[in-house]
Amino acid sequence: MADIAVTSLATPPSRFLAGLGRGGARLWVGAALVAILMLVALFAPVLAPHDPLEQDLLSVQLPPMWMQGGDPVYMLGTDSLGRCVLSRLIYSARTAVVVALIAATLAALIGVALGLFAGSFGGWIDQLISRLIDIWMAFPPVLLSIVLAAVIGAGLTSVIVAIVVVDWTRFARVVRAETMVQLTRDYAAAARAIGLTRAKVLRLEVLPNLVPLLVTLLAVEMGIAILVEVILSFVGISVAGDTATWGSMIAEGRQIVYQAPWIMALPIVCIIISVIGLNLLGDGLRLAVDPVQRS
Amino acid sequence: MTATLTFDSLRISIGDANVLRGVSLEVQPGEVRGLVGESGAGKSMLGRAVLGLLPAKAAITSGRIAFEGRDLLKMQADERRGLLGRRIALIPQDPMTSLNPVKRVGVQIGNLLRHHLGLSKRAALLRAAELLIEVAIREPERVLSLYPHEMSGGMRQRVLIGMAFACDPALIIADEPTTALDVTVQRQVLQLVERLRRRHGSAVLFITHNLGVVAKICGSMTVLHAGRVLEEGQTADVLVRPRHAYTRALLAATPRADRPAETLRPVPPSLIEQLWSEAHRLDSMNAARPV
Amino acid sequence: MRWGEIIRRLVLVPPTLFGVAVIVFVLLRVVPGDPIAMMVPPGASEADIGRLRALYGLDQPILQQFASWLGQVSSGDFGRSISVRQSVSDLLLMRLPATIELTLLATLIALLIGVLAALTGILTRGRPAEWAVDGGIGALLAIPDFLWALILLLLFGVLIPLLPISGRIDPQIDIGFHSNFYLIESLLTGRFGVAFALLHHMILPALALALPFAAIVARLLKASLVEAEDQDYAQIARARGYTQSAILLNEVFPNALIPTVALGGVQVTLLLGGTVLVERIFSYEGIGNMAIDAVINRDFPLIQGLVLTFAVMFIALNLLVDLVVTLLDPRLRHG
Repeated sequence: MADIAVTSLATPPSRFLAGLGRGGARLWVGAALVAILMLVALFAPVLAPHDPLEQDLLSVQLPPMWMQGGDPVYMLGTDSLGRCVLSRLIYSARTAVVVALIAATLAALIGVALGLFAGSFGGWIDQLISRLIDIWMAFPPVLLSIVLAAVIGAGLTSVIVAIVVVDWTRFARVVRAETMVQLTRDYAAAARAIGLTRAKVLRLEVLPNLVPLLVTLLAVEMGIAILVEVILSFVGISVAGDTATWGSMIAEGRQIVYQAPWIMALPIVCIIISVIGLNLLGDGLRLAVDPVQRS
Repeated sequence: MTATLTFDSLRISIGDANVLRGVSLEVQPGEVRGLVGESGAGKSMLGRAVLGLLPAKAAITSGRIAFEGRDLLKMQADERRGLLGRRIALIPQDPMTSLNPVKRVGVQIGNLLRHHLGLSKRAALLRAAELLIEVAIREPERVLSLYPHEMSGGMRQRVLIGMAFACDPALIIADEPTTALDVTVQRQVLQLVERLRRRHGSAVLFITHNLGVVAKICGSMTVLHAGRVLEEGQTADVLVRPRHAYTRALLAATPRADRPAETLRPVPPSLIEQLWSEAHRLDSMNAARPV
Repeated sequence: MRWGEIIRRLVLVPPTLFGVAVIVFVLLRVVPGDPIAMMVPPGASEADIGRLRALYGLDQPILQQFASWLGQVSSGDFGRSISVRQSVSDLLLMRLPATIELTLLATLIALLIGVLAALTGILTRGRPAEWAVDGGIGALLAIPDFLWALILLLLFGVLIPLLPISGRIDPQIDIGFHSNFYLIESLLTGRFGVAFALLHHMILPALALALPFAAIVARLLKASLVEAEDQDYAQIARARGYTQSAILLNEVFPNALIPTVALGGVQVTLLLGGTVLVERIFSYEGIGNMAIDAVINRDFPLIQGLVLTFAVMFIALNLLVDLVVTLLDPRLRHG
């Protein structure tokens, strides 16, 4: 075996940027969609024409303004309580992004930690964590999240907890596999040889190489978080009361789908755009990052 | 008499690399022609070009391939397909991967017979059993119902040889059929090919890098290097009185039973270099010449 | 032979189910939420609540509850549902056939779409159209089954009112079937008019369930086809004078099926899990629809019965998939 490569393979910025070109159309389209989502979420108070909670009981179930009976004041119409659909959609984006970011980050923290432990220590720790992951993944995720949310009660906290509890395994599995692979690489052995403790090796050598992969997973996880929130709303155990979320709008809209289909249709469009955007971004990042890593 | 197989100044390139640089060769009916050269000399390409198995990126830039006088390259697709497997057949290199793993051997042979000879299912199976006997496989009925993974490499190669001769071909392309077999089996396989060839009167283009094999079975031989024909003639002549320095070097490098197992005598690198620069010179000459 | 392996798997089923039962049983009673409190009207007296609790045996220690439940189950009695006031086994038997029919239909549709998409993908291999096929499959994958359910409901139920969006069948139609396998029975007895009406109600939920799975099948199958096409035996087949399509169907496809079924077959359970939401969205009277309410109402006996039923079906599906793989790949049959 030739010289042991002593330099870590952490992706330097120039290579990363070069890799971005490899991401192709997926990366750019995805990034654009996600950027729009983030901007809408960030500037919700500025963009929304009305207060999402404000009820105008004189203008109930108005269609979007281009349809007959519509009102340009309420551009996308109103729901059964006279609330502006457009404003609710915009604020729902904010809720979705917040929930998705928090849930995905927490799931990542737990998953990465456990994955690192399992991958680097091996032995019975790995066995234990791997078995835990297997059993966890045997439960159907939908049912599990419903059960959890039913247990904790309605509210965004329960939504976040449900997402984290259900999907931390996604991070754990990937991180575990990557850690094991990285640690067999020469540079890690070399690092240990010069006396770095295991923790330092993980932090200085392994973790930086995991970052691109983690970013990809985060994007995917956020998409999942949005979907889980929709599911939970649909079974009535998402947010309490008036808070606008796409899921609760869909659930309400389902009841009056024949009379006011747009109330269900518009949030669905928003969700599709967001989820596809996040997926494309994740895919694009993966394509951009993978060949660099495997070199 | 029309040659069974004719290559006329065939040039093939893959991307920028010239794999065959104007090869001309003829195989007469019933002739067993050895095609020798190192790996990468282009010999497999010649065989594949006849069978239409060139890799996707390969392009025939000029030249002609004729089977019994008919231009294979200009032929209609279905006419060519009618010839392949029937009048022109392949004995492939690796018996372990050349049979479909999920179909019984009898079904695979039977399909070939039914496709080209129009036999009924029962007639095809009977004929398949006869074929197995021809290639010296005992208990043909039992073997017909076997899957490839239930047979040894040698047995699989026999089946492949049987399939090649199944429809009485005029030309056999044998692409290093003994390379993947161990020495004891090699001899049996060569004897089998010789026996069947004689019975069916087929011509054979025997592609190999093993001069010992050529000496055993080929009446005539062609030496290829860097996509060019360096030397050809009757095997006895070429091996005893080689004209080209490369052929001499190849012979010297071949381990022989009557010489003590001394130091290896590889083909001298200077000779290789010389040959390659000759080849590249040919390339630039051709590039300059108007087509 | 593989039969030893299959026997071994079958033998493992009862202990696995036992394990599942234990976990569910314990989880339900450990976790906060009281079924009795959920179902009594406000203002009920403590005595009433106590009485109801005793009726359902919830005042006993957990171990005793488990023992008596086991005893009941072994004689086929799954207890009474707390929220629906009916025998759990009756409820399950009544609604299970609907879910089975829906899942079967969804699987068929998924296989059809998946195989067609994969074949299209491989026939356009190397050409720009392949990119479109891959992209289409990717898009299908990104959208989960319940989202498809909502989209299809909107598109073909409301905006273009082609199909009904709730129930198994129009209440006005007189059925008079023996079993609850409406579709199968109507087809077997030649009552095609009824079958057609049933399919009207089933096609949208089945499609919603099918599309994500179809995408998985398409992606796997196409990749396997591409790989098989590059194998020696497929290349040599070209030298035997077979046509391109004959080679694809006879040589390549049977080989490509094996990894597809092996890797994708296990995901059929996704279909089953999806019924929970999709049935709810379409108000389809299967067992998936019951699951959500059962959980929210903490209906222990019903939840237990449902979970066990789902578990049995999951296990059966996995076993079936393994059997199919063994049938497809002769190399696996001889150990």
